[in-house]
Parts: sequence; structure tokens; C-alpha cells
Amino acid sequence: MKMSGAQMVCEAIIAEGVKTVFGYPGGAIMHVYDEIYKQNGFEHILNRHEQASVHAADGYSRATGEVGVAMVTSGPGFTNAVTGLATAYMDSTPMVVISGQVPLSLIGTDGFQEVDAVGISRPCTKHNFLVHSIEELPRILKEAFYLARSGRPGPVLVDIPKDITVAMGEFKYPTQVNIPSYKPTYKGNPRQIHKAVEAIKKAKKPLLYLGGGVVLSNAYELVREFAKLTQIPAVETLMARGVMGASNPLLLGMVGMHGNYASNMAMSETDLIISFGARFDDRVTGKLSEFAKYADIIHVDIDPANIAKLVDVDYPIVGDIKDVVSKMLPLLTDIDTDRYKVWRDILSRYDELHPLSYEDSSDVIKPQWAIERLGELLGKDAVISSDVGQHQMWAAQFYPFDRPRQWINSGGLGTMGFGFPAAIGAKKGVSDKVVVNITGDGSILMNVQELVTAAEYKIPVINVILNNHFLGMVRQWQTLFYEERYSETDLSFQPNFKALAEACGGIGYDVTTKAEFDEAIKDAIAQNKVAFVNVQTARFENVLPMVPAGGALFNMMLPPKPKSQEEK
Amino acid sequence: MSNISKSRRVISVVVMNESSVLARVTSLFAGRGYNIESLTVAPIPNTQMSHITIATNGSTKVMEQITKQLHKLIPVYKVIEHEEMVEKEMVLIKFPICESLSDITVLCNAYNGGIANVGKDMIIAMVADEPKRIAHFIEAAQRYNPCEIVRGGVVAIER
Repeated sequence: MKMSGAQMVCEAIIAEGVKTVFGYPGGAIMHVYDEIYKQNGFEHILNRHEQASVHAADGYSRATGEVGVAMVTSGPGFTNAVTGLATAYMDSTPMVVISGQVPLSLIGTDGFQEVDAVGISRPCTKHNFLVHSIEELPRILKEAFYLARSGRPGPVLVDIPKDITVAMGEFKYPTQVNIPSYKPTYKGNPRQIHKAVEAIKKAKKPLLYLGGGVVLSNAYELVREFAKLTQIPAVETLMARGVMGASNPLLLGMVGMHGNYASNMAMSETDLIISFGARFDDRVTGKLSEFAKYADIIHVDIDPANIAKLVDVDYPIVGDIKDVVSKMLPLLTDIDTDRYKVWRDILSRYDELHPLSYEDSSDVIKPQWAIERLGELLGKDAVISSDVGQHQMWAAQFYPFDRPRQWINSGGLGTMGFGFPAAIGAKKGVSDKVVVNITGDGSILMNVQELVTAAEYKIPVINVILNNHFLGMVRQWQTLFYEERYSETDLSFQPNFKALAEACGGIGYDVTTKAEFDEAIKDAIAQNKVAFVNVQTARFENVLPMVPAGGALFNMMLPPKPKSQEEK
Repeated sequence: MSNISKSRRVISVVVMNESSVLARVTSLFAGRGYNIESLTVAPIPNTQMSHITIATNGSTKVMEQITKQLHKLIPVYKVIEHEEMVEKEMVLIKFPICESLSDITVLCNAYNGGIANVGKDMIIAMVADEPKRIAHFIEAAQRYNPCEIVRGGVVAIER
């Protein structure tokens, strides 16, 4: 069928089954927006900043597993989207971002709102395209979606010059993709899998190290089965919270800089790391030379570049976790689970020795209490997003995540301002769930304009602001490592968050007591409106345990022991 | 890490011949802090592909990462880390006409090269040989007061 480039873009989005697109119009993308006006195959959400559009598409993708789509104009529209692209790239979110570009004839002339989008986004996209002719547009759109969701997923940018959106061409959306230079490996090598299984059977202190790849591969049920069958204890990375389920007896907790004592000690003492979809990030390993000194490593990852990047691997397996684990399971049916019993006992003693804890207070709300309480009130029914900082770590530590895709946060890039728009995207994806963004008084202001978006489209996202009047995480480092010189982290001057929410068409709550907290959360859910719950929390609370940057994983600053334990 | 020796390596990268593919390869090197000693690129005849030859250096671990990261680029079809190879580099040197043409010719012959052009006021010599020999040739040519030297970068083929 003959149609314009702009129409092709809309047809491709519809053909890919995308129901919601997030974006912001502008000069170079106007023809596409004209077609969006005419179609009814998908809904368009107008965010109030391009960065928020990309984060929203990202949150939509993380909550649903589908490809998220964002649309921006050229120049500043695109540059605003770059943070969103980099965020999605670091966490491997499948996403297609469509950007307008100045007409082909103007490219390279410093035209109005011209910027080299493919040049700028090259290091922070899985792949990007600058469309050169109307003939190649259908193929490029198809490839963009395919690349985004296949192999190790990631964001793909399609930069379309304005004249190509007007040009007419034949549209036949390809059903298949053929990129000779791109053939991801899904099937794990059977010989390597056999060797790995033998190693598991011989190990005395094996440990499952689970990363975000398990979430992306939708393999959590298989991984839980693996753990149940073998009775091997597991640690999760920040990106993998929810994979094992909070109530799973084999889950030790989160590993890394703010991981709990048992998890970090398990990592330090294990003799066999079984890594599924994790990438040995510096926030997990701590000092590399001290990391898992006694362990052999099985590393399963779909991206070969992740294997042996930072640590030497004894059993590398390139493949999809789903495929590899399902091939391992039948080989492990005869496993002697008693073999690891001593190991499990040691670890549970570690956990009893130094459990994840905090000192509660009757005078002021402790941020950890707020998260725990949120978990009691909402539990498995909510989707939780977060911004970046102390609140993020507390959420990862204290919220009882029951399943993957329940926890949405910017782990790799650590983007403040991610949580609110991501929550908007998540809510569009899973509208039957309560969506809460756990945020801080610093982060929330970085995309605060999204109050307007959420109010306009009636997207009832609840923002729980753990307000300590500080850029808390930086303040914590200043306390610990900079002799309490609080350089530019004091946020005593603040907007009236309640009034701010209300000014934008939402609802606000000021919370200073535990009773008010419960009331506010319950009322916000009942009101079904975008909400700011401004919770005054203890100012100088630190995230603990903590492994100082560059330190060995087993050298943790530990939280004070709970009162009941001290008496023993 | 310091005990791992850094060694010179030559890698061939076969890529789909499409726009900005060279930029993808070079910006990967820049972005991840890998070194490029020399780089050549040309289309492979009768295909949609191009051949990029990169001389670089790094430890075994770094080389492994370079190879893997290159593979990760979508238009990269094949990466060859050369072990047993035939390696050649080209150099053009311009000499003033007052220098002895016969001496320069003999020197060039010794390095498998020759005189490429003789003009009104200059002589241009060309040599294609192994990079080490090219370096020797350039050294030997110094006595004839070269006014311009252009090295071509390495091409290599696995034996």
C-alpha cells in the first residue's frame, strides 16, 4: 500500500502491538504527530519533558516485558531523550525511540534544531539508524523492534529526517528480519552445561547469584525450580529483586554495597558461584582482588562480552537463561541436597548474627519503617518504582518483592528523576495494580513536571517522598568519608510538596506520624489520583550495611543490632 | 595487572558496508579506552561488506574484550584476531630532486619498493612491506632529506 513515511511509523507501531506511546511533538516530527492524530491503533501520552517520555516508555517495558516506544523531535527534543536512552541501555530495557531529524538536504548545515542524533546516541543505544530513504523505512522499523527485544535487549533509536516522513512509498511491513551480522546465541552449549552441572554436584558451598537477566529472560519460575530442586541458597542483585520471592527460604537477600551480611558473606565464602544473568558490577563485587576468592564461577549470560569482563570464569555459558536452566534441571534430578546442608546452616547463622535491621523510633518516622509498612499495606499487589539514592536502597532492602517486574529502578546508570515517569509508564502497562514510586526530596524534583501528565491522563501514581531534607546518599558519604562537610546537599529549602501536587491537579499529604502514613496511603489509593505523600523522616539515617567503595565485600559497616537481640 | 604484558595485536573486522559503521568501530575504541595504532578500511570486492584492519595493543584480557565488544556491534559480521598472518604496510616518501635518484632507487629495491613518480622538483618513492621493515626503511631514507612521509596503516591476512 502507498503511504507517507509518517503513516509507516504509525502502522509499524500498531503492527508491533504497542498500545501506548510516550512522547512530545516538535517541528521535525510534526508529520508523524499529524498521523497520530488521525489513527486510533494506539494511545499517545504527552509527557511534559522528553526525558520523562523515554523513562515512561522504559517503565512500561519493565512492567510488561513488551517493547516501550517513545517519540521525540530533533535537536533539543532528542538531547533531552539521551538520559533516558542511557538509562535503558545500562539496564538492557527493550525500547524503540523515534526521533525527528532536519530534512536530508539540511543535515550537516547546522540547521535549526539539528543535532547529530546517531552520533550522540551511539554509545548509549544497542543500535541506531538514520533513515536515508523512504524505501528503507519499513525494513528499519522492523529491525529496530527486532533488535530491541532479541538477544540482550536494549534501546534502539530511529532518527527520521522530516522530508522522509512526508515522502510517499510502498509499505509492506516485513514479517521477518535478516541481519547476517546479528545472530544472538540462545542455546547454551550442551558440553559446557554438563561440565557446569558436574561442578555443581561436586561443590560444597554453591551459591546462586541472580541478576537482571533472569527478569529480562522471563526465567524466574525456572530459576526458582532450580533452587528448590538443588536447595542451593541464592542472592539477588538490585536488578533481580523479586526473582526468588521475599518469602523463599533459600533467598539470602540482596548482595553488594548495601547487601545484607549473610549475602555478602555467602559471596565471599562460596566455592562455586552460579551466576544467572548478572554482570559482576563493581557495586556487587567490591574490591575485585578480594571478591569470591575461593570460588569457581559458572557464568550464564546471553551477552558474551559480559563473561570474563571483570572476573575470570571457569564455566562460561553463552545463552538464554531460560534455555540453559531448563537443560540443567533434568541433569540435576539425582542431586544430593543434603550435601549443602552445612553450608545453608552456616548462612542462616550469619543471618541470625547480623540480620537486616534498623532502630525504630517513636518520635520520628524511620525511612526503613515506611518501606516495611508499605510492604505490609500493599505487598505483592503493588508495582514499586524508585528514584536513585538512599530511598532506593532502603526500598530494595526492605520491600517484600514477590515477583520480578514488581520492582522498577535505574540500577546501572542510577538516574535521579527516573522513578516518577517510569511509574507512569508502568501504570499504563499494568493498570490493575497500585503503582507506587518510592522517592526522595532530591530525586522527585528532577521530573516533577510529570505531575501534570499524570493528572491530565488520570494516571494514579502514588509518590512516597521519603523527605530527609538532604541529598541523602551523598550526605551519607560526606558523613562517612568527608568529615561531615555537607557540601551542597542540604535541601532545607523546599517547595510545599502537598501544595505543589495540588497545584498540578493531584493530591498531597503531609505525613509526620506513623498513623498519618497509613491514612495517607489508604486515602491516596481510594482517591485514585496522582499523589505526593510527603513523609518527614529521620534526617541522618544511613543505609546499612555498607561496603565502602573499593573495599572488600566482607568488610561491612553493619547496622546496630535490634534491641531484642542485644538482650540475649 | 602490571605483570600481564601488553602486546601489539592486529585484528581484522569484517563489517556490513553501511553508513557510520566506521564511526561505530572507532567510537567503541575511544569510548572504552582501547588504543588504535593504525587503521585501514576498504570494501571487499563483490560483496556488501568492508574489511577494517586495526593494529592495537593490550593484555590478553583487553584483547578478548575488544573482540567481544566489536562482535556486539550490530553491523560487525566477523572479527579475526590474527595469530599467523601476512602483514603489510605501505609508505610514500617525497624527496627533493637534488637527491641522488639512483641511490634512492637502490634503497627502495632493497625494501621491495620502487620509484612511484619523478617530477620537476621531487621524487616520490613507495615501499610496501612488514611494518618493522617500513620503520627501517624510513630510518634509512633520512639521509636523503625526505620532505614528506605518509604511512598507510597495516593490512593483514591470516596464513
